[in-house]
Amino acid sequence: MEDSQKKLAEHSGKSRLEKIGKTISFLCIAFIVFVVLSILYFVASKGIATFTKDGVSLIDFLTGKIWNPGSIGENGKPLTGALPMIAGSFIVTLLAAAVATPFAIGAAIFMTEISPTVGKKILQPVIELLVGIPSVVYGFIGLSVVVPFMRNTFGGSGFGIISAAIVLFVMILPTVTSMSVDTLKSVPRYYREASLALGATRWQTIYKVVLRSATPGLLTAVVFGMARAFGEALAVQMVIGNAALMPTNLITPASTLTSILTMNMGNTVMGTLENNVLWSLALILLVMALFFNILTRWIGKKGAMN
Amino acid sequence: MTSENHIIETKDVHLYYGKKEALKGVSLDFLPNEITALIGPSGCGKSTYLRTLNRMNDLIPDVTVTGNVTFENKDIYSPKMDTVELRKKIGMVFQQPNPFPFSIFENVAYGLRIAGMKDKAKIAEIVEASLKKAAVWEDVKDKLSKSALALSGGQQQRVCIARVLAVEPAIILLDEPTSALDPVSSGKIERMLLELKEEYTMIIVTHNMQQASRISDKTAFFLDGHLIEHGETRQIFTNPHKKETEDYISGRFG
Repeated sequence: MEDSQKKLAEHSGKSRLEKIGKTISFLCIAFIVFVVLSILYFVASKGIATFTKDGVSLIDFLTGKIWNPGSIGENGKPLTGALPMIAGSFIVTLLAAAVATPFAIGAAIFMTEISPTVGKKILQPVIELLVGIPSVVYGFIGLSVVVPFMRNTFGGSGFGIISAAIVLFVMILPTVTSMSVDTLKSVPRYYREASLALGATRWQTIYKVVLRSATPGLLTAVVFGMARAFGEALAVQMVIGNAALMPTNLITPASTLTSILTMNMGNTVMGTLENNVLWSLALILLVMALFFNILTRWIGKKGAMN
Repeated sequence: MTSENHIIETKDVHLYYGKKEALKGVSLDFLPNEITALIGPSGCGKSTYLRTLNRMNDLIPDVTVTGNVTFENKDIYSPKMDTVELRKKIGMVFQQPNPFPFSIFENVAYGLRIAGMKDKAKIAEIVEASLKKAAVWEDVKDKLSKSALALSGGQQQRVCIARVLAVEPAIILLDEPTSALDPVSSGKIERMLLELKEEYTMIIVTHNMQQASRISDKTAFFLDGHLIEHGETRQIFTNPHKKETEDYISGRFG
């Protein structure tokens, strides 16, 4: 009797193992959180220095149309207007998403509703392959195919927003498609059965039940694609022309936040205005990433409530 | 019992999932305005049989059906059969309440809208009448625009029945409609089904012997893909002709 009491009172080997496991997993997560917070702090402190240390006003930065951080403008302040890049990023992203969405959803419907066997055996592997192609390859193809095509069709250099949008469209298409496929697959089979049993055609079922109940998931897929397009640097930089000018049409060189960042980060000195203002661009990218993240969560929550 | 009277006739129906034979020659007829209960242990083929009657088995790949199934003297497996029209005439209620993730109103209006009805007043009228028939109007009349998924299981199932009634089918197939519900909700649904008998022919798959004996006029006992016995419910439960039937209903089975 006393023996078993003693045994119960002391720590057993198993409970010690539990504790060790808990500690290890806590340390891992703490490390990850630490790294993320450090990056956030680093980018934010550098990005904000433009406004605190170098005295650039936030309004000028966000709405100024002339980007030339090395020179001083008429008002005696450095020319740090980031609007051309902000506009470039948004236009390229929205164009790519607008074109990719119908294709992706159409492909997803085909793969889940119309021909699941072909979808599973042929299209799924193809799409997974496309997701895995590095962005530099997409950029290279864009540079050797899309840019010359645009040059021959519209004249000019061929570099520009339209070329970037096409490359991004191809890049995000597999991502958006495979997420849409997952979403459509997760629509319960009994919704389809209920609809068909009421005398709906297959198309009515897809259109009025499957797509409708999958809307939050499909929106998430599109937003995810947009986040990817917004953050893509290399492929865009290779085809957009990288002129920090306010975009006036789709076929002349323009730039995005990421392309200006990758072009200039090697050419500035740490701590100078030229360098700090690049960090400000990075901060915008970070804030946008956060925004896309919150947006997908919000959509998910809203969808779960119905 | 001439064949003109039967609303559904099935003759020697075999059904194969791939190579596996799930129905092994079932012949069974149904009279209008009767409730027929299909009973039998799990996997005996009663749900499968039910689903051959509105061709829901078509949705499963690799299913072959042989034999003869007629609805109002028309062969429903003929290539000319319009399954969309067929399913409007033969409604189905499933085991799990499965309302769409829409509002209660839109759930019931769904069948009307896909049939192309545009008249809003008419739709509202049919929705109300259907919900009343399904004995759920009092529960939901103040929250028709709320999501149907927020209702309790029993209410959801009655909304699903209202959804079927709105399309005005001749026959309603019910696949264990109360097995996911509590006894009170089940009781409400049973009473409703008895009232609906005036207007509809119903075929109900159930695991609940008491339910079968309470609401059905005819009972058919399935075992291992065969129809073992079929007849008046009273006779099946009090004086079964076959030993298997007796064993099953007295609980001495498997």
